[in-house]
Amino acid sequence: MMNPVLRAGRALRWYVRQLTGEAKWDDYLARCRARGDEPTTRRAFERHRDEHRESNPQARCC
Amino acid sequence: MATNTVDPPTTTSGGGPRMNPRSLLIWGAVAIVGAICWTVLALSRGEEVSALWILFAALSSYAIAYRFYARFIAYRVLGVDDTRATPAERLENGQDFDVTDRRVLFGHHFAAIAGAGPLVGPVLAAQMGYLPGTIWIVVGVIFAGAVQDMVVLFFSMRRDGKSLGQMVREEIGMVGGIAALIAVFAIMIIILAVLALVVVNALAESPWGVFSIGLTIPIALLMGYYLRHLRPGRVSEVTMLGVGLLLLAIIGGGYVDQMGLTEALTLSKEQLTVGLVLYGFIASILPVWMLLTPRDYLSTFMKIGVIVLLAVGLVFAAPVLQNQAVTDFAIEGTGPVFAGKIFPFVFITIACGALSGFHALIASGTTPKMLAKESQVRMIGYGGMLMESFVAISALIAASIIDPGLYFAINSPAGATGGEPGAAAEFVRSIGFSISPADLTAAAQSVDEETLISRTGGAPTLAFGMSSIFSSAFGGGLAAFWYHFAIMFEALFILTAVDAGTRVGRFMLQDTIGNFWPKYGDLAWKPASWSASAIVVGLWGYMLYVGVTDPLGGINQLFPLFGISNQLLAAIALTLCVTLLIKHGKVKWAWIPGVGLLWDLIVTMTASYQKVFSDNPKLGYFTQRSTYQDALDKGELLAPATDADQMQTIITNSTVNGTLQALFALLVIIVVVNALFIWFKAARAGGLPTTEVPKQPSDLVAPSDFFATKEEKEAVREWETSHRDLAGSGGRG
Repeated sequence: MMNPVLRAGRALRWYVRQLTGEAKWDDYLARCRARGDEPTTRRAFERHRDEHRESNPQARCC
Repeated sequence: MATNTVDPPTTTSGGGPRMNPRSLLIWGAVAIVGAICWTVLALSRGEEVSALWILFAALSSYAIAYRFYARFIAYRVLGVDDTRATPAERLENGQDFDVTDRRVLFGHHFAAIAGAGPLVGPVLAAQMGYLPGTIWIVVGVIFAGAVQDMVVLFFSMRRDGKSLGQMVREEIGMVGGIAALIAVFAIMIIILAVLALVVVNALAESPWGVFSIGLTIPIALLMGYYLRHLRPGRVSEVTMLGVGLLLLAIIGGGYVDQMGLTEALTLSKEQLTVGLVLYGFIASILPVWMLLTPRDYLSTFMKIGVIVLLAVGLVFAAPVLQNQAVTDFAIEGTGPVFAGKIFPFVFITIACGALSGFHALIASGTTPKMLAKESQVRMIGYGGMLMESFVAISALIAASIIDPGLYFAINSPAGATGGEPGAAAEFVRSIGFSISPADLTAAAQSVDEETLISRTGGAPTLAFGMSSIFSSAFGGGLAAFWYHFAIMFEALFILTAVDAGTRVGRFMLQDTIGNFWPKYGDLAWKPASWSASAIVVGLWGYMLYVGVTDPLGGINQLFPLFGISNQLLAAIALTLCVTLLIKHGKVKWAWIPGVGLLWDLIVTMTASYQKVFSDNPKLGYFTQRSTYQDALDKGELLAPATDADQMQTIITNSTVNGTLQALFALLVIIVVVNALFIWFKAARAGGLPTTEVPKQPSDLVAPSDFFATKEEKEAVREWETSHRDLAGSGGRG
């Protein structure tokens, strides 16, 4: 059994990385590994996500 | 992978049959706590009432509604089916269609729906006392607001994430669809204008505020550059950096005097309006990575952080309510903050915290494309809205722990208070409350502001209330810091809403015009994107200008328009919900969104009628117009106007507001009437075909609720083991 403080810390880190979208890079790397593809650079990957956001604005509510 | 492993005994797996004795006991206790809190609130008059009674009355009501009513709607009424693949699973593309952990999606959805609305509305509604607002926020969210969010989310999910406008067009009809499209666009403009007005009112004549908010622009640009060029993708670290700089900007604002910037940063409302319009235009044509995305990270962090802080602060501070339970204004309708009686105006003013039509746009936008399991609509849709309602309750408490004399001095328009302590104290006395001029000055000094008199719009009141909660919860001496911290918190996400809203409005406009002139719909074509941005900014900028220059007080005049339009949008969304239930052959459940719809229509149509036709010039826009027109024709001046130009401004503004008000109501009536035909047709036929995507089996396993049950965890583990070699992507909680 892991130390509860450590475990809470890990859970928080996981949540923050998921919420900010940082984990998408990890997911992408995992997908590439599984398929045996050569991953692109982080820079190019994030550019691609920026471009997507450019044409898909998310409304923020009142 | 780290997962949450708390196992509350209260949740059973999806639609579990009978409650065991232990959960019966726990839910019985929650019900008793709730009943006691409501009884205390109902019976206390004139004695000291702790704000915690409100807090716990709300929390226990939410818990019961979520556990029983929301579950009933999800499983019995909607028939959520976890063996059916969600759009995220079927169409996964790693971008908009993306299976997302439910707790993460909850965070995304909440950040998208929560904004300044639930903070501002309850503050203004506090003019009628704390009780009407509390009751409507809690009852409204349980039976209308959260139901709307969940049901729209469900139906949109079953249609691959179609938008509200699209669904109205396809399921109700072309006429209703076009009316809905116009309504959505027009309502968005009003919302942006009113939100911008709140910021203008909070920052006018406040060099500290202007300094800190102004610095958010370079901070966001720096963050954008960092993420684009220095360390792409490291969002957490850049957000920490940004938040650090943000705190420095707030602290630095306290030294504007020493820096000799006071004069340069003391801006009038007109100057701020011009600044905000220019900012809105530039922000909406810049690439999103430069300003919008990083600002969004900051505002999401602040939003979640401050709300948690406020909840903790409230429990520690346990403040006593200073506001009356129900003021005379509720019955007489003569309040200075906004005109009108408790019915219908308390419901209009609270808006977002109880029922918000705008949420239907989010619930039919990105969120439905990210759900892992159908049953999660309850947690995301209903649960997310309960959280928003909780924010509204906190705001109501923050406004109700302030001395009522001070509250009315802050929130009455300048035309009434005269803008200086002596006159303001006299005005407050004339409406039956009391505060001395010295106390007014001392209150302003305590938060390092020149004055608090007639700082309408809700933000300064909320900031003052939050500042006293934080000061008493976390130690004193920092009142001024907390005040500006709270102003920053609100202004930050209003500006984010303005950025994003302008861009969304621009896309809608380009898309609509693109139907007739395809070239204009090309998002990358500069002449189109620039001109569409300019039109959207021009529209809300004009309404903002109308509000800022109105001698009668912009908030006083525009906020009802904002509230009514938001509630009218909700009427459209609820109409769609009823329509779809009937078309799916579930006439017997149509009352579930129907209750909210009926009440919402009664409230909004009464309010619209009064705002358009009332012969009381304080209430009816057109009577107001003719009163001032008649006086102007006779060469007379009517207070608060001080010259003929102001008379003319009032006449123009009343005409604009009244026309918009009538237009909104008409659009909604068109949608509802169009839907009525479909209801009868569908009810007689026992259902009609809809655009629902046929069932495809799901190959995914994920829990439904905040906390996974033992069985769910076991199922997820099994599924992950069996997919380890097959699935490309890593396991998800």
